[in-house]
Amino acid sequence: MNPSEQKRIAKLLKQSIPPVTDDAAQLGRDLWPTMLQRLQKPEARAAWFERAWFNQAWFDCALGAAVAALLAFFPSAIPVLLYHL
Amino acid sequence: MPVLELSSLGQPLPEKSAPGQSELLRQFARGDLDAFETLFRRHQAEVYRSIVVIVRDPFLAEDLTVEAFWRIHRAHARFDPERSFEAWARRIATNVAIDYFKSASHSFARHTQGGDDPDPLENLPQPPSPDPAITMEVRTKTAQAFRQLPPSLQVAATLALIEEQPYGEIAATLGISIGAVKLRVFRAVRLLRKQLIQQGIKP
Repeated sequence: MNPSEQKRIAKLLKQSIPPVTDDAAQLGRDLWPTMLQRLQKPEARAAWFERAWFNQAWFDCALGAAVAALLAFFPSAIPVLLYHL
Repeated sequence: MPVLELSSLGQPLPEKSAPGQSELLRQFARGDLDAFETLFRRHQAEVYRSIVVIVRDPFLAEDLTVEAFWRIHRAHARFDPERSFEAWARRIATNVAIDYFKSASHSFARHTQGGDDPDPLENLPQPPSPDPAITMEVRTKTAQAFRQLPPSLQVAATLALIEEQPYGEIAATLGISIGAVKLRVFRAVRLLRKQLIQQGIKP
């Protein structure tokens, strides 16, 4: 492909997709409020995640304590537990 | 006397002690939200412009500008305060636009195959000096063929052939060498020519 061919395609392209004018390239409004909303979203998600993690951790701790108590009071249950594990 | 800074939109920034540029960039790199806000207000118009020349849709460009700054905010720890914030922000903005094209190419392909998605090329704007030899049908087919190019080629060709930006500037924006920019433009033109010929248009 020679340079004149490339020029012709560039011209055709500019006729099909005109360059953005200076006016159209100007930002019409301040985007900071939208940005702030976006910044707050992941924090909300993180807080939700932390709450969920805490609830799950609390449940796991309670389950672990119950199993430990069971094994302390009923040592004969240890082989049964190991068998099921 | 406090310095009243003006944003790119001519609006005054919230009054706060104005650190020097290098101190501001260091604060941003440490994750300071006030520094990020100052940089956002200073550079939002420039980042928006670098996106709108690629996607050519003002509303979409606004959304992508926020997405670009969201990525900038997340990557603050990786920013080197000794380097140019503008160049870094522009590169991230261009990557956001390229990613948009990658995700949008699927919906565009569905439309051209008869799907229900709206045609992104409806209502093509008139060029400033329309050539009567180029019909509306040819313009539409050319625009469609161009939108089907791989996103990286499409962006390089948009900046070089439509916006007529210097190769050096495009290379800095895309984070590649000038030679790589030329290669992408060449490949874009070759692919476009091939597709136009297949559609019966002799470029």
